[in-house]
Amino acid sequence: MESVLKITWKRLPLSSNFAIAQAVKDSDVDVVSAYPITPQTTVVERISEFIANGELKAEMIHVESEHSAMSAAIGASAFGARAFTATASQGLELMHELLHIASGLRLPIVMSVAARALSAPISIWGDYTDVMNARDTSWVTLIASTAQEAYDSIIQAYKIAEDPRVFLPVMVAYDGYAMSHTYEPVYVSEKADAFKDYIPKNPQWYTLNPDKPVTIGSIASPDWYYEFKYQQVVAMKNAYDVVKEADEEYGKRYERKYGIIEEDGVEGSDITFVTYGGIFGTLKESVEELRKKGEKIGLARIRLFRPFPSEDIAKIAEKTKALVVLDRAITYGVGISGPVSREIISSLYSRGIERNVYSFIIGIGQRTVTEKDMAAIYEKTKEMLASHEKQKESVYWGVRE
Amino acid sequence: MMAKPFFRTVYDVPREEYLAPGHGLCAGCTAGTIVKLLLKVAGPNTIVVNATGCVEVSTTPFPYTSWKVPWIHVAFENAAAVASGIESALKALKAKGVLDPSKKINIIALAGDGGTYDIGFQALSGMLERGHKVMYVLYDNEAYMNTGIQRSGGTPVYAWTTTTPVGKILKGKIQQKKPIAEIVAAHRIPYVATANPGYFADMMNKFKKGLEVDGPSFVHVIQPCTTGWKFDPRYGIVLARLATETGLWINWEQEEGQFRVTVTVPRRKHVRHYFELQGRFSHLTPEEIEAIQKEVDLEADRINKLVGRTVIGPLVE
Repeated sequence: MESVLKITWKRLPLSSNFAIAQAVKDSDVDVVSAYPITPQTTVVERISEFIANGELKAEMIHVESEHSAMSAAIGASAFGARAFTATASQGLELMHELLHIASGLRLPIVMSVAARALSAPISIWGDYTDVMNARDTSWVTLIASTAQEAYDSIIQAYKIAEDPRVFLPVMVAYDGYAMSHTYEPVYVSEKADAFKDYIPKNPQWYTLNPDKPVTIGSIASPDWYYEFKYQQVVAMKNAYDVVKEADEEYGKRYERKYGIIEEDGVEGSDITFVTYGGIFGTLKESVEELRKKGEKIGLARIRLFRPFPSEDIAKIAEKTKALVVLDRAITYGVGISGPVSREIISSLYSRGIERNVYSFIIGIGQRTVTEKDMAAIYEKTKEMLASHEKQKESVYWGVRE
Repeated sequence: MMAKPFFRTVYDVPREEYLAPGHGLCAGCTAGTIVKLLLKVAGPNTIVVNATGCVEVSTTPFPYTSWKVPWIHVAFENAAAVASGIESALKALKAKGVLDPSKKINIIALAGDGGTYDIGFQALSGMLERGHKVMYVLYDNEAYMNTGIQRSGGTPVYAWTTTTPVGKILKGKIQQKKPIAEIVAAHRIPYVATANPGYFADMMNKFKKGLEVDGPSFVHVIQPCTTGWKFDPRYGIVLARLATETGLWINWEQEEGQFRVTVTVPRRKHVRHYFELQGRFSHLTPEEIEAIQKEVDLEADRINKLVGRTVIGPLVE
């Protein structure tokens, strides 16, 4: 295919952070505004190097907080520039107010989030509580599980965000530390402008242009506010197809694609594990061992968290007998406290699909999860299934009570 | 020698209007006067970033707008950060050849005292330190008027507000007003000024200078508020002028480090003239008014020493 030949790839050892920086360069971003926070910082360090060396023509705004990082990204995007920021954990919390405004103003900002636990107590290590806390902000949210996927997802993110059917900001999340600071071989473009056919620059959203003055961010009375918000509901719905199309076109052009949910061996399985992020790698390894022993185990990795792929989950559930959901975040004060578990249960219930869904909380604050843990979780699930036990409370795996 | 001021009389004020009438500001509100004149100076090639506040809510009730220039409101505390992003985008798109590099677009951040002294202070300081070419205009009505007259860092001492009520023990605000323009000047940006809509030509010249300098500029404008200060709506400009005539508000500018008082006051009026028109100071005792008068006298001395001659004259009436 001709377009495939256009890109020559080079294979580099990169952390997910560096892969993302590379993708920002290859997306020809115009404005980057960011504030240092572990474990995101090396993303913007590397972008700064690209700018300092003239490899990326962009303005870097060294803001004084994440709140200003997102504010400046909003300003830049509202002017019609391609804007990027990166953060994690407390930084994402500090910009929370602006997450709602970026999506409410329908600005196609892209942000990477090295998912990290939240204070207190302070933890610089990984889990997904920060990302899950941004669930209701109307950001399209992709969760990558490899450095390669992180690279490809950033480029796809601009395709999704800038689509007039969507015009919403996109977040690309990945594991803090386990991915942000570990190296994998990543294919990146040899040439910086290689993706300009895939993500051409043609801002179609409303911008601050003195030749065509518009008022952006006005006050909406009860007569109008609801309609603004409903338009976001529609945009989120549209985003599902756009995410799919963006991925498929990427696959056709560049021979790499990921789908909405990555699945393996689900059809006819007794139990299917569902998770997200880098822990999927550990899960795959462990399942190989179990499968050798004759266990019929399916695997599913949710790549698109918002909009939530309820239909895809329902299809997976129909092909298996029970689901085990491994969540790396806690929503406090409810029995089933894994955020993704709850989404899955509600998706199945509303479709009348009766499957046991077992929620396990793992890897909080980067508590180590090994293949042994996975095997033990599998055994525990089998026991619960055998005793027809209905789960009313998530299992807090490995915690010292 | 200073160059002749660009705006001298009312005949120098451009006729073009960029703030449409029909907005919802209070009758007698001087913020509308300030913004209208600001836009006349800036002209159509201007982008305004408005912090949450009276001007923001009153001029843009969807689906209407009073703004004939591109305008954006994002949040309360981040006008300076949003403006930084716009300015950087302008630079980047010019550098990449997307926009004509010779095209001049003014970027103005507009915020009240709450959005500047208090919640927006960090973003403002960051913008100044990074040197974005943005003019920040502070319209200072000395309290959170939009939420219903609560005290801010810009509220003067003794002033009544809904959160500094006049009670049996506590009477009005206990603390002094934060010297925001001096704090901004300490960032050593190219241009800082204080202005007063009662001296509209002086104010407009300051807006013009602020837009012309190569870097951040800051214009701090006093904005009498009929609702919060509790005065008859017709006295807005009278009060604005009294603030300067009493020496409570000194119109100065600092251009490339050079400090100058732009409106000299040869004969100073007693501060009581300013206070007696406003309900927010109606509880002041003669002793308290005299105490404030002494502080104003000291401040006048300090300014005169700083300038090296008498620019704020003696108390005469």
